[in-house]
Amino acid sequence: MLRIVAQLVAVAATGLVLYILWFNLSNNLRRLGIRTDFEFLDQPIGVRIAGSDLSPGSSVRKALLNGVRNTLALAVVGLPLLTAIGVLVGVGRLSTNWLVAKVSSLFVETIRNLPPLLLIFFAFQAVVLRLPPARSPITPFGWLVISNLEIHVPGIASGARASTFHLIMLLTAVAGAALWWWRTRVEDRTGQPHHRWLWSLGLIAVVGTVSYVILDRPLTISLPTLEGRVVTGGFGGLGAFFAVLGALVLYTSSHVAEIVRGSIQAVSKGQTEAANALALSNTQRLRFVVLPQALRIALPPTINQYLNYVKNTSLAIAVGFADVTLIAYQAIGNGQPAPQTILILMGCYLMFSLVISAVVNLYSRRFRLVTR
Amino acid sequence: MATVTLPARPRTEAVLWIRKNLLSTPLNVLLTLLLGTAVGGAIIALVGFIADADFTILRVNLALFVVGGFPRDQLWRVATSLGLFGVMTGLVAGLVWSGAAARAREAGLPVPPRSSLRQIARRFWPVGLVVAVCLGLTQTLGPTISVVSALVLGVVANRIGQAVPHKWRRWMWLLALLLPIVAYLTLTMSGIGWDQWGGLQLNLFLTMAGIVFAFPLGILLALGRRSSLPAIKGISVAFIELVRGVPLITLLLLGVFALGFFLPLELRPSGVTRVLVAITLFESAYIAEVIRGGFQAVPPGQTEAAASLGLTAFQSTRSIVMPQALRATIPAMVGQFISLFKDTTLVAVVGFPDVLAGSGFANTQAAFNAQGLARITLPFVALIFWAGCYTMSREAKRLERRLGVGER
Repeated sequence: MLRIVAQLVAVAATGLVLYILWFNLSNNLRRLGIRTDFEFLDQPIGVRIAGSDLSPGSSVRKALLNGVRNTLALAVVGLPLLTAIGVLVGVGRLSTNWLVAKVSSLFVETIRNLPPLLLIFFAFQAVVLRLPPARSPITPFGWLVISNLEIHVPGIASGARASTFHLIMLLTAVAGAALWWWRTRVEDRTGQPHHRWLWSLGLIAVVGTVSYVILDRPLTISLPTLEGRVVTGGFGGLGAFFAVLGALVLYTSSHVAEIVRGSIQAVSKGQTEAANALALSNTQRLRFVVLPQALRIALPPTINQYLNYVKNTSLAIAVGFADVTLIAYQAIGNGQPAPQTILILMGCYLMFSLVISAVVNLYSRRFRLVTR
Repeated sequence: MATVTLPARPRTEAVLWIRKNLLSTPLNVLLTLLLGTAVGGAIIALVGFIADADFTILRVNLALFVVGGFPRDQLWRVATSLGLFGVMTGLVAGLVWSGAAARAREAGLPVPPRSSLRQIARRFWPVGLVVAVCLGLTQTLGPTISVVSALVLGVVANRIGQAVPHKWRRWMWLLALLLPIVAYLTLTMSGIGWDQWGGLQLNLFLTMAGIVFAFPLGILLALGRRSSLPAIKGISVAFIELVRGVPLITLLLLGVFALGFFLPLELRPSGVTRVLVAITLFESAYIAEVIRGGFQAVPPGQTEAAASLGLTAFQSTRSIVMPQALRATIPAMVGQFISLFKDTTLVAVVGFPDVLAGSGFANTQAAFNAQGLARITLPFVALIFWAGCYTMSREAKRLERRLGVGER
C-alpha cells in the first residue's frame, strides 16, 4: 500500500513539475508571439555555412542535416584514429623501454588534465591560424596542401568501375565471414586446426587483387595537387575541422590509453604465470590469455570514451566548424524559436549515443563473461 | 716487452641500466633513437620559445585571467576570501588528521605521522608552481601579500585543527564548513554579485557551486535508481540517461536561451544563474552515477545484517549503507570535480568571461591584437588547469589507496 502511494506521489510530483514547465512555456511563447510548432524548419537559415554549398536561403532543416553530416564526419574519422593512438600510447606506458614509457606517460598526464575546449582553441588559434594564408599554401612532401583556411591530405579516388569493385568486395567479405564460421565449425567437430585467418583473409586478398587488376585499378590513392589557387584531388577539409579533430582525438586517446593500460594491468598476474607454466610463447600468451581478458575489461569504459568524444564534437562551435550545434546556435541567433531548436539538437545527440551504444552492445554480447 | 692485459672495463651501473632499459632489442634501439631525437628537438624548441617569448600580455592582463572584470578597487574582497579558504583548507586537514589520530589511539595503533613539509611539497608542487608563476608576473605587492598571509593563516588553522580537543571537533567542522559561506558573503556584500565575476574565480565558483547544488539531487536520483518501486526508478533512470546522453553545451544553450521560457516571464534569472542551473542539472546525473557506484560497493550482507537487527529500510539506508557508500565514492567524486572544473570552460562559448575567455579578450586588445599571442596566453591558462587537475587526480589516487577502495 505504502509502496503504491509513494509511487503515485512521485509520479504526481514529476507530472506537476513537467506541467508547470509546459504551462509556462506555452503561455510565454503565446504571449511573446512565438510559434510552438516545428514549422520553422522550412524557413531559410539566413546565414552562409562555411565549407558547404548551402545558400543562406536553404531551409533550417537542410542546414541542420548538413550539421549532422559534419558531426558524423568528425566521428567517423576520429573514432578509429583515437582508438589507434590510445592503444599505442597505453601499451607504450607499459613498455620496457624507459624512454617510450616516460614519453607515453608524459603525453597522457599532460593531455588528459587539460580542458578539451582549451585544446581546440590552441589547435585552431595557435596552430591552424598561424599556417600560411590561403593565397600561398605550402605543399610539404608534395602530398599535403596546407593553408590556414583549408588542409588537404591524400585520399582515395574512385575510378570508373569503383562501384562494381565495392560490390565484389562486399560479397567477398560476406563469403569470408561464412568461411570463417565454417572453419570454426570444422575445428569444433573434428579438432583439426581451423586456420580461420588464413582461409578468410586469403580469400579476400586473392579476390581483391584479381578484381583490382581485372577492373583496371578502380580505386587509386589521390594526392592533392595545387593548380594556381585551386586544389584538386585528395581529401580536403576546413582548418577548423582538422583543429577540432586533432584536439579531440588527442584528448580522448589520452583517456583511452589509461583504460588500455589499466585493463592490461588488471589481468591478474596468476594468468601470466599459468600461461608460462603451460609453456605458451610470448605471442600466444598475449593473444590467447591476456588480451581477451583485457579487452573484456576495457570495452565498457572505452564505449564511454567514444560517447564522450561524440558529445565533445559539439565544442566545434567554438572555432566555427559547422557541426549540428553551431547550426542550431546560428538558427537561434536568427530568431528561430530556441526551445524547439534545442529539443531537436538534443534529440540528435541522444540518437548518436543510442546508435553507438547499440552497435557496441551487439558486439560486446559475444565477449561477455558468463557469470552467475 | 711484456704485454699488459687491460682489466675488463668495469660495467658501471649506468651503462647496465641503459643497456637494459633503452637498448635491449633492435626495436628498442630504433625507438630510443627516434624518440630521443624528437624529445631533444622538442626540449630545444621549448627552451627557445620561452627564452624568446614576451610575456607582457600576461603581466598586463593577470587580473583579467584571475578575477575577470571584478572591480579593481574591491580586490581586497577576493584577497579576504582567499584567506578564508586558506583557513578552511588548513582547518579541515588538521581535523582529518586529529580524527585519524584519535581513532588510532582508541584502537591502540600507532598514531599516523603528520605530513612533513617535504611530503606536502611533493604532493602540491604543481599548484605551487602556478602560484609562483602568477606572483612572478604581478606588478604590485598586493597579490603576494595576500597569498602569503593565506598560507600563514592556513598553517595556523592546521595547527589549531590538529590540537583541538575531542568535544569541540564537531563545532570546528561546522565552522570550517561555514567559512565558504562567509567568503561568499565577503565577495557579494558590496553588491558585486556572481554576475560580475569572471576569470579563474568564475571557473572555481561554478565548479564548487555546481557540485554543492548537484549533490543532494544526485543522492536522490541514485536512491531513486536503486529503488524497488518501478515508477520512481523509471523517472530517475529517464532523467539520468537523458542528461548523460547530451553534451553539456546543449544544456548551456538551453539554460541561456530557453530557461526563461520555462519560468514565469517576470522571473528573469541572471546570466550566471542560468548557467548554474544547467550545470547543476548536468552534474546531478553524473553524481547520481558516482553514488550508485558507491552503493554497489557496499556488500549486500550489510543490508541483510541491518535487516536482521530489525532496522527499517530508512534506518538501514541512513546509518548502514549510506556512510559506507559515500566513503567509497570519495575518489570518484574527486574525479567528477576534476571533469567539472575542465567543463566550466564551456561557459566561454556562451559568452561568459571565464579564464579561457580571458585569453581571447587579451588577444583582441589594441596593444596585442593579431600578433598570434594565443601561443602565449593559452599555454598559461593550460598551466593553471593542468596544475589543478593533475594535483587533484593524484590526490584522488592517494585517497583511493588509503581508503582501500577498489581493492580485492
